[in-house]
Order: sequence, then structure tokens, then C-alpha cells
Amino acid sequence: MESLAQLIKRNESSILGDWLLRQKETTATRRGLIRDDQLKAQSSEFLNLFTAAIESGEEDTPKWKPVQDFLTELSRSRAVQGFTPSETATFVFSMKQPLFHMLRKSHTDAGSLADDVWKTTTVIDRLGLQTSEAFIKSREEMLSRQQQEMLELSTPVVTLWDGVLALPLIGTLDSARTQVVMESLLQRIVETGSAIAILDITGVPTVDTLVAQHLLKTVAAARLMGADCIISGIRPQIAQTIVHLGVDLNSVTTKATLADAFAVALSRLKLKIQADRGPQSRTGDRE
Amino acid sequence: MSVERIPILKMGSTLLVSIQVDMHDQLALQLQDDLTDRIAATGARGVLLDISALEIVDSFIGRMLSNIAGMARVLDADTVVVGMRPAVAITLVELGLSLPGIRTAVNVEKGIDLLAARGLDDRDGNNRDVVGR
Repeated sequence: MESLAQLIKRNESSILGDWLLRQKETTATRRGLIRDDQLKAQSSEFLNLFTAAIESGEEDTPKWKPVQDFLTELSRSRAVQGFTPSETATFVFSMKQPLFHMLRKSHTDAGSLADDVWKTTTVIDRLGLQTSEAFIKSREEMLSRQQQEMLELSTPVVTLWDGVLALPLIGTLDSARTQVVMESLLQRIVETGSAIAILDITGVPTVDTLVAQHLLKTVAAARLMGADCIISGIRPQIAQTIVHLGVDLNSVTTKATLADAFAVALSRLKLKIQADRGPQSRTGDRE
Repeated sequence: MSVERIPILKMGSTLLVSIQVDMHDQLALQLQDDLTDRIAATGARGVLLDISALEIVDSFIGRMLSNIAGMARVLDADTVVVGMRPAVAITLVELGLSLPGIRTAVNVEKGIDLLAARGLDDRDGNNRDVVGR
């Protein structure tokens, strides 16, 4: 009686051919996401690893590690290439039919056939589930990386003038974001020794009590470090909301626009912007 | 008594205290004693508290800062805390200690400006003066 591994080895080329045919029936290659030779190389590599692993017999032995690693890597690359989850899982599941076909031809006894079929189907199902899991995991990694990037992109601290920082806030403020905003602002205050920071909330769609509290915390922390905060870009609806919510913004200077806030900042630094009236009066733009 | 002490330097009518070691409770109490003595002895009008090397604060140290400012105020001296680190500022805010009575400045230079400007204004109000005005 031949073992499963020996059977697969003996019928390797026919299984591979049959398997490839099944894979091509799925939509993956039709959309031109992967080339035929690439698919063939992947399939034959997987079949080799699979045969080697199944020789060991037991599940969850170290022999299965290369198979699992290969599948994880495959799902990751397919997730990037734009395969759907079911297409990715089909890579493994489509191997069932060629294998069963082979088993039916080689077994005469119904009992041992059923045993081998059951063994094969458990193994393949497990591998298929792993593939899906790896696929989803790589997608999630991609998402969280993008989220992180967006978080960093969305909170630039810009220097408007020597000693004046501005922080244009765009998008909804939640706790995690406020933490990033607060840290990057305070870090920049240390680096530049700025005494004035303008928080512009023109791009913040809604202000609720939580957002207001976050803002006030940022202002308080900046004050502790010796920098004054001005909040600008408060839209009429938001002004109404703040008053209705009973949020106390009295301790903070607030201005309607970033330009107003900048004017306040300049006047605190005893600077002013003057119109240039030609070369005669050009004694200096700032006094 | 503890041998460790935080030095208090006199610069004109200002006392400069630079905390360069980790504050523990005993040291903080010692500093309160020393500082009030020095203010009374020298008739200083300003206290500059440099905490740029202070990395860890707890609620006790936060309250100590408040206390020092309060004591100095009673002795007719203004306190300016300078150089607070971002992490320290965040910690204090999260602890709910935003030190409303204390003036702050980004660095020692701005702190000295702040104390110098004070002499020109009438010295009332709990609000911090704007630097350079």
C-alpha cells in the first residue's frame, strides 16, 4: 500500500497540470493579475513543500512550517496585487479535485479511500483557512499603516514667523489624534522656543465637549511650557455649539480667522506689517 | 538633614533656581524652606525656576511648584517656571494640575524678559503677562 506522499510524488506532473487548469478557470488569471509562468512556479513550489510536509504525517509538526510560511507570503503578495480573498483561498482549495481524482484511481478499497480523502480534505481545509487568515491580516496591516501615515500627515506644525507656530487641524479630533497633535506641537515649541502657537480649527467639522476638552488640554500643556495659544477658525455654528454646550473658552484667546490670530501674534511680538510705499519710505518692513 | 540641596543663585533682584536632579519629596520640601529664606533675606522680586532637566513629575511635585509660587507671591516675588518638557506638561495636564497661578516661559531668556517687564506694569492679576510687551 503506497502512502499519500508517495502517491503524490508519483503523480506529481498530472496533479500539477490538472491543478493549474482549475486555477486558470478562476477569474484571477483572466484579469491579468498574474502571469502563467509565475502561477506555475508558485504551484509547483507549493506542491513540493506540501509533499515534503505530508510525508511527516503529523499535523502541526515543524515540517509544516515551510508550507505555512509559503502560504503567508503568497497571500501577502496576492493581497497587494489586488486578488479577492476567495481567489486567494482558491489557490489551495482548487488542489482538492486533482488529489481526490488521484486517490480514486489508486484505491480499490472503499474504506482506505475514505480514510485518505478525509485526511487530505482536513489538511487542505486547514491550509485554506490559514491562507484567508494571512490575507486578511496583511490587509489589516496595510490599513493600520495607512491610518498611521494619515495621522502623521494630517498634523503638520508650521512656523508662521520667528516665534509663532501654527497648527492647522483638519478632520475629526479624537483622543489618539489629539495626543499626536499635542506631542508634535509641544516638541516644536521646545525646538523653536516659540512663545505663541495658533491652533486653527477651520478644518474640524464638529466640536463636541470631548473635542473642546482636548483643545483645552493642549492649550494648558502649551501654557505650562511657556507658550500662549490662540484658537482660530471658529465657524459660526461651532461658536453656537460651544456656547450651547457650556464649554468655557474664556481662558483662551479666540479669533475668527487665522489671519486675525496672526495679527494678534505679531502685535504681541511688537511687530507690524506695513504697506510698501516705494523706495523712499523703505526704512524697513518691520519695526 | 539631607546633604543634598538645590542651589539658589542670586542675579540682581532675581533668584535663579535650576533643578538638575530628580526631585524627591524631601528635596522639594528643603527647596521650599531654602527659597523662602533667601527671598526674605535678599528681598528678591522675582524667582526663576528652571525645570528643563526635570523628566519626571508627580502630583506632589506639581503641587510643590504651585506652593513655591504662592509662597513667593506672599513674600512679594513673582515666580516664572521655565523650560518645562513636553512630557512633563502633558503629565501635569492629565493629572489635572494646570498650575493656573504660575507664570511660564519657554526658556530662561524669555523668563528673564518676563520678570523685567513686570517691573513696568502694575503687578496685579493672576494672568501671565505677554512676553516682551
